[in-house]
Amino acid sequence: MLNIDNLYAKIDKKAILNGLSLKIKPGEVHAVMGPNGSGKSTLANILSGKQGYEISGNVSYENKNLFDLAIEERAHKGLFLAFQYPLEIPGVNTSNFLKTSLNAIRKSNGKKELDALEFLKIVKEKASKLKMDEKILNRQLNVGFSGGEKKKNEILQMSLIEPKMAILDETDSGLDIDALKIVANGVNTLRNKERSFLIITHYQRLLDYIKPDFVHVLMKGKIAKSGCMELAEELEKVGYEKL
Amino acid sequence: MREKELEKLKEYKYGFSTDIESIKAPKGLNEEVIKFISNIKNEPKWLLDWRLKAYERLKILKEPDWQKPKYPKIDYQNLYYYSAPKSFKEKPKNLDDLDPKLLETYKKLGIPLQEQKRLNNIAVDAVFDSVSVATTFKEKLTEKGIIFCSISEAIQKHPDLVKRYLGSVIPITDHYFATLNSAVFTDGSFVYIPEGVRCPMELSTYFRINASDTGQFERTLIIADKGSYVSYLEGCTAPMRDENQLHAANVELIALDDAEIKYSTVQNWYPGDKDGKGGIYNFVTKRGLCKGKNSKISWTQVETGSAITWKYPSCILKGDNSSGEFYSIAITNNHQKADTGTKMIHLGKNTKSKIISKGISAGFADNTYRGLVDISRNANNSRNYTQCDSLLIGNKCGAHTVPYIKNKNLFSNIEHEATTSKISDDQLFYCNQRGLNQEEAVSLIVNGFCKEVLQQLPMEFAVEAQKLVGISLEGSVG
Repeated sequence: MLNIDNLYAKIDKKAILNGLSLKIKPGEVHAVMGPNGSGKSTLANILSGKQGYEISGNVSYENKNLFDLAIEERAHKGLFLAFQYPLEIPGVNTSNFLKTSLNAIRKSNGKKELDALEFLKIVKEKASKLKMDEKILNRQLNVGFSGGEKKKNEILQMSLIEPKMAILDETDSGLDIDALKIVANGVNTLRNKERSFLIITHYQRLLDYIKPDFVHVLMKGKIAKSGCMELAEELEKVGYEKL
Repeated sequence: MREKELEKLKEYKYGFSTDIESIKAPKGLNEEVIKFISNIKNEPKWLLDWRLKAYERLKILKEPDWQKPKYPKIDYQNLYYYSAPKSFKEKPKNLDDLDPKLLETYKKLGIPLQEQKRLNNIAVDAVFDSVSVATTFKEKLTEKGIIFCSISEAIQKHPDLVKRYLGSVIPITDHYFATLNSAVFTDGSFVYIPEGVRCPMELSTYFRINASDTGQFERTLIIADKGSYVSYLEGCTAPMRDENQLHAANVELIALDDAEIKYSTVQNWYPGDKDGKGGIYNFVTKRGLCKGKNSKISWTQVETGSAITWKYPSCILKGDNSSGEFYSIAITNNHQKADTGTKMIHLGKNTKSKIISKGISAGFADNTYRGLVDISRNANNSRNYTQCDSLLIGNKCGAHTVPYIKNKNLFSNIEHEATTSKISDDQLFYCNQRGLNQEEAVSLIVNGFCKEVLQQLPMEFAVEAQKLVGISLEGSVG
């Protein structure tokens, strides 16, 4: 699915990723943990196509060079990023944004675009599973949303788009325990043999609910250690310093 | 290859011109030309005298120069003031007599005039250069006593109404461009809604400049008699030409007691090429008079075209309890410039006005909101609310807000809010990540930004206007 090979990245001449390699197969859930400033968000940004980085190394996505694809083309091909800080767009109705996004992706995959009624039915169903207030759909996109609402809105979009490769960038930060369970549940229902996840987090907490197949520790721009769930538990006990 | 095709698509799609023989007045501005226009239109003597009086006045007026967008001096002697298709020596009685080339032109513009293809429930008056070529749904309107025709026809058939109201809101002494229009105006629309009648359909005029070196000086007059209601919409396009063309229209609205006029504009004149060559100078005077008590005039404008847009659709709130509204979207891209806004003159008691202005600037463009709210001494308990929002795309464009606020009445209130924001790279990235390309993202964000104004448009046009908003900003990022 996703093959990251010896990835280096700099921003304003400052090195952030230093030879990171990671291979994610279809259906696998990988967690990347690491201290502040270790390059976790940079990894998410580069994979989704954010500009402004000086990059070397190879990343292939479904056996194609990921860097040949524009941001929206990556999205069309099933790459999804749940943002750490979802953007506010004043004036743009949430439901309209979700529909426009979903239809753009459907259209690029040769699927029929959904009309307003079809969409509404689906989005309401998905929102209720995430225990989201329907009223949110009529508000301006992320404007005045609480931290938890913003994060749930990202998971709602993920469940609408049903991506092949979902990257969650610290989706758990700022969530209370109930919201955390709901979000984890949202991820778990999407898990299947084809769909892969890359879950970026600081804490083991989220991983208690989403049991990842692999846990990696990112330090100073590269994977310092890889393992299973036990690694996350160990980290929680001893901290990153000891590694 | 694909790039090239895309480039082509992005070009101004109304940029074609119709190859049609025309009758023109001799080039230049003088008494003879004015007499030529008046004569060819078979006008009564009072109107010729009125035009000549305006021309006398024009000689002593100076072109205003206080506006933000500057432009090279216009050579008024090098313009044609009248141009009409040759087949129009006599206005065709019905569409079968109309030159097929003209029918074809309007078809291309998406304004079918033929019976079977007419826009549903919208009566259209089509103006080509200096003359009105056709008005649809006339019979249906006549049943209700509504008059909707070209102003030339109104001058012949309803001279009393024209004489009473023409120039009553924009006098011939007004200002340079308005006075120029009074001297040389050629055609435009005339609407009269009788007492107590609610006009059953949208009335619409479609203006098209075709001939080169031609100014279009249209004149529109709308009168809503007591207790009546009308919604009117104008649309405009012009061919792509390298030179700048002048469009100096006058629009007068009169609302009597308890009457309401809703006037919407979707202005898409040729904006010039991406380097700022060519395009229309859209210097228009639009003014509405809320003459009667409880009357209401509402202006909605979506200004996306023209090299320079310079206009202030205004309301004179004379009748007690009358209200005025101004909803505006002005989009400038590439090298376009706009200096637009409104004037709300509160004269009567308990008068209300509301101004919602959305300015969007991209490329190297410059966008100014300029507006006046003037509450006079006797206008007790009057209120104004103004909201001016500017949105910038990129870092080479400009947005300016110049509100003039005069309150001479202790019991009246004025509120003014203004914001300036920018589409951020992060917002675009977020939209891109959700599958929208750069242009779809900009269109979505900008449509969200101007939603309040788009909602004011008649439903039939709102969708078109939304698309237009997207199209006019194509190529503005990335």
